[in-house]
Amino acid sequence: MTESHLPKSAPHPYPGKLIIVEGIDGSGKSTQLQLLHKWLESKGHKVFFTEWNSSDLVKETTKRGKKSKRLTPTTFSLLHATDFASRLYHHILPPLKAGMIVLADRYMYTAFARDVVRGVAHEWVRKLYAFAIKPDMAFYYNVPIEVAISRLLGGTRGQFKYYEAGMDLNLSPDITESFRLFQTRILAEYAKIVEEFNLLTMDATQDIEMQQEQMRALVEDALRGYKPRRGTYGRRTLFWRRFEIPKSE
Amino acid sequence: MADARFFGDGLKYLNPSDLKGKLIAIEGTDGVGRTTHIEMLQEWLEVQGYGVVITGWTRSNLMSKTIEMAKEGNILDRWSLSLLYATDFADRLEHQIIPALRSGFVVLADRYIYTAFARDYVRSADRTWIRDVFGFSLIPDLVCYLRIDVETLALRVIETTGMNYWESGMDLRLGTDLYDSFKKYQSLLIEEFDKMAMEFRFNVVDARKSPEDIQDELRSHILPVLKNHTPPVNTDTVPL
Repeated sequence: MTESHLPKSAPHPYPGKLIIVEGIDGSGKSTQLQLLHKWLESKGHKVFFTEWNSSDLVKETTKRGKKSKRLTPTTFSLLHATDFASRLYHHILPPLKAGMIVLADRYMYTAFARDVVRGVAHEWVRKLYAFAIKPDMAFYYNVPIEVAISRLLGGTRGQFKYYEAGMDLNLSPDITESFRLFQTRILAEYAKIVEEFNLLTMDATQDIEMQQEQMRALVEDALRGYKPRRGTYGRRTLFWRRFEIPKSE
Repeated sequence: MADARFFGDGLKYLNPSDLKGKLIAIEGTDGVGRTTHIEMLQEWLEVQGYGVVITGWTRSNLMSKTIEMAKEGNILDRWSLSLLYATDFADRLEHQIIPALRSGFVVLADRYIYTAFARDYVRSADRTWIRDVFGFSLIPDLVCYLRIDVETLALRVIETTGMNYWESGMDLRLGTDLYDSFKKYQSLLIEEFDKMAMEFRFNVVDARKSPEDIQDELRSHILPVLKNHTPPVNTDTVPL
C-alpha cells in the first residue's frame, strides 16, 4: 500500500486568505471572529464566513443521529468530516480562489481534539482530513475550564447540550460535571495540537476588546502584501450609468 | 473470524477478537447480478442451518436517506461522496455487522469497501486517502468478485434496469451521453477491481456464465470458509 497522507503542511496556492479560530465552547472564539469580520469588512475586504457542522447536506443527518443517540465515535467523526468536505468544496475553496478572505469558526483541529477524546484513533482522524488545506492563520483561544463553564452557565446558553457535554461517553450522570470532564480532556488534546500544527495561542481570559486588539494587530501584519479583490459588479453598473455606451458596440 | 483484523487504523474502543461469525463480501460492478446471487446464497445457507444477515451498500438507517438526497442534487464533490459512503458503512459495521458476527451469524455483504475504493479511485487517481478512511473496517473472511466485461454488462443493464446517472458516472463527464459514459465509467471500475483482485486475493467468478454455474462456484468458495465455523457434529468419531 502507498504511504499515508497526513494533513498538509505546505501553504495553499490560492490568492485568498483563510483565517480560522479554535477553542472549547465558552472560550469566546466566535465572538472574536465576529468582531474580526466586522473590522475586515469596514476596511473594504470581501469576507466569507463558515462554521463547523453547518452544511445543508449533513446538518439534518447529524441532528437526527444525535437525537436518536445512534452515533458512535466513528460515525460522529465521519459525519463531521463529510460536512467539512462539503463546505470546503462549496464555501471555502471558491472564495479563496477568487482572492477573498474566508473566516472559519472551527476547523479540522476541532475533530483532532474532540474525536480523539471520543475514542477514534489519533492517526486515523488526521488521515481522514488529509484533503483539507492549511489555513493562513489559525488562532487558538485558550481558556481554563472553570472560566468556560461560568461563561456558559451565566450567559445566554444556560444549559449544556448532550453531545457538547460528552454525555455519550458516560463520564458522569451530571451534565455539568460531564462537560467539565469532557472539555478538560479536549483542552489537553488542544494543548498537543497547538504544538503539532503551530496554532497561535491567545489568552481567552482577557477582556474582549483587548483580545480583539491583539487579533487585529496579528491579522493586519499577516495581510501585509495581500491585495484585496473587491467585487467589480458595483463599479461596473456605475460605469454604465455614467457613460451610456451604445448597445451596438 | 477468530483472528479478526481491521483493515487499517481500527476501532480503538472495540475488541474484534470475540467475533464468532463469518464475514463474506460479494463484490462486482453495477448490474452484475450480486443481489440475486446473495439471495440464493442466503436460502442455501439457511437450509443448512446457518443464521444469515445480509448487509447492503448505502442501506444504513442513519445514512440511506441522506445519500439519496445528496445524489438527487448532483452536487457532490469526490470527498463528500466517499465520506457519505464511509459513514453509511461505519453505521452498518457497528450497529449491524459486528453485532451479527459476535452472535455467530454468517454476514453476506452486498458490496464492501472495495466498491468505495474503486469509485473513489476513478474520481481521484489516488488510492491512499480512501483506504486510510476505511481503516476501521474489518477484513472479510472471503471476498468473491463477480467479474464481467463491459460489453456484456452494457447489454444486460439496458435489458433490465436501464442506465442511470450515477451508474454511468455522469458526474465525471466521461462521455457525451449515458451510454458512452456508462461504458467508459464501468470499464475504469472493472480495471480497478481487476487490480484489487490481485492485490487483495479476491476469488474471481466469471459473471458471464449461467446463474446456476455462478451460484455453484460461489458455494464452492464459501464452503471451506464455513468448515471451521460450525463445531464438528461427530466429535466422538474423531480419531485420536
